[in-house]
Amino acid sequence: MSIAVHASQITKGFGKGAARTMALKGASLDAPLGELQLIVGPSGCGKTTLLSIVAGTLIPDEGTVEVLGEILTTLSQSKVTAFRRRNIGFIFQQFNLIPTLNLIENTSVPLLLNGISRHRAERAAEAMLDQVGLSGRGRHYPRQLSGGQQQRVAIARALVHNPRLVICDEPTSALDRETGHQVMNLLKDVARAPDRSVIVVTHDPRVYDFADRIAEMEDGRVLSNQPASHGQPPAVTG
Amino acid sequence: MFHLALKMLVGDRAKFLMLLGGLFFAALLMTQQCAVFFGLLSWTTSHLSNIRSKIWVVEAKVEQVNELKPLRDTDVSRVRSVPGVAWAVPLYVSILQARLADGNFKPILCVGLDSASLVGRPAEILSGRLEDIRLPNSVIVDDLALQRLKTPGGPPPKVGDIFEINDREARIVAICKSDRAFFGYPYVFTTYDQALQFAPRQRKMLSAVLAEPAAGLTAQEAVDQINRNVPGMRAWTEEKFHRDTIIWYFKNTGIPISFGVTIILGFIVGIAISGQTFYGFVLENLKNLGALKAMGASNSKLAAMLITQVMTVGLIGYGLGMGAASLFGALAAERGNPPFFLPWQLVAGVLAVILLICLLAAALAIVKVGRLEAAVVFRG
Repeated sequence: MSIAVHASQITKGFGKGAARTMALKGASLDAPLGELQLIVGPSGCGKTTLLSIVAGTLIPDEGTVEVLGEILTTLSQSKVTAFRRRNIGFIFQQFNLIPTLNLIENTSVPLLLNGISRHRAERAAEAMLDQVGLSGRGRHYPRQLSGGQQQRVAIARALVHNPRLVICDEPTSALDRETGHQVMNLLKDVARAPDRSVIVVTHDPRVYDFADRIAEMEDGRVLSNQPASHGQPPAVTG
Repeated sequence: MFHLALKMLVGDRAKFLMLLGGLFFAALLMTQQCAVFFGLLSWTTSHLSNIRSKIWVVEAKVEQVNELKPLRDTDVSRVRSVPGVAWAVPLYVSILQARLADGNFKPILCVGLDSASLVGRPAEILSGRLEDIRLPNSVIVDDLALQRLKTPGGPPPKVGDIFEINDREARIVAICKSDRAFFGYPYVFTTYDQALQFAPRQRKMLSAVLAEPAAGLTAQEAVDQINRNVPGMRAWTEEKFHRDTIIWYFKNTGIPISFGVTIILGFIVGIAISGQTFYGFVLENLKNLGALKAMGASNSKLAAMLITQVMTVGLIGYGLGMGAASLFGALAAERGNPPFFLPWQLVAGVLAVILLICLLAAALAIVKVGRLEAAVVFRG
């Protein structure tokens, strides 16, 4: 089993002096390639902080983060940015589509950031929108779409540059049950590629069934990280 | 990415128009006020541009070309006696009163030229003959006189018409083109001797001596010789007289301060509106910019995008502002008022200031985006 993400003994605090709060207190996580990894837990347990650190958008106070064979904690900020640009796709809770850009333009952003020409990027974006079921909607704007459709665009944007790691922050929290299931099915398909991993932070129990592996967090630590037993809540150990 | 950056900005119509409006207004205000200011300054040196002589020799205490103090007629010979001077001729310049056919009086700028050489003659004759100026009681009036010496309801003066200067008949023999004088009086050219007939008698009547450097000498070398050899008089090169006249108006009138305040106001309004609007635009788009940062957009890439946005609006605003100022200038030129002078240096200078405003506006936003953590996009 190849490992996509190996995070070891991560600590991260925010604030200074007496106001300092520790979001992560020695959290560790291994996420294999070819799997859809869920990170679950109550609000404030450090899920999003751990996800941000794994994605290279936040620097931990202590600990090591290895993503797709690169130890991010030893790289300079500009190298981490370049690594993210090439290897990581992002899906955000509020979609974060740019409202003044049409779907093709929104979807082509990661390719443009990687230096692909506008023409090629837009062609690839259009093809990716087809794959997520939005054929012929490329010239529409985000405001013309439903929440589920917007999340599909976000997925197309996350995948258009063929990243090996897809990071999802609460991808279904703004969606109804049925649309949430459609989105999770899409992500499940994405995670089936053997050299790709999808990590999803959620506190939506409706999506547990889609997970290959579930990490349970509480109070800044990962309590367990086990293969999912579908239909059951994750077992808590330790 | 830059085409997307522009689309992001233009897509937010209200902010885009506000930003454009601020920069347009700043460009218009600065250009228009500077052009009127330069136009006004050009009026202060109209004697120099209309009379055109390499060397002006005037009374020693004279500080600028509009305050010529009288000299003795014999002072022309003193200048002629300087070895570095090829020739020297007398010049009379004074404000006199013209009496029109309806009995109304109007001030004029009477210029008396050496009758033999006609040195200092108008550069362009619009109608009539220059040589006729030598006829008795003859004058050449400029195009401004067509408005100023017109009787109410009557036609503008033409060649052959008569008016009076100091109870003496003055017949118009030609109409010329001239630059406008600071006080807005029309130029009336005649011969030096005729000018002395028109003017009220005074002990000293000569206003200035116009001179030419001897062959092989520069104007400055001839000026130095005159200043060494002719006490009580001061010689100027045309360029220095021009420069010092403008400096005199800077130092001794409130004009530069008045215009300067308006120009600074234009700059501040530009900074305030564009800076605040662009910063607001960036704040509203912080989540989107954070998402771009998370997706791997470097700080330098985002800074370049922000600069592209603000510079593009800046150039459009500048173009519109410059266009509007030029339109104002064209209308002013048609009416002859207010003065409007738009040299290329002003066009380039306002462009530089507008781009500076844009850079300052972008700087605030760039600092904000530079400090933005990509992880912000994960926080609710």
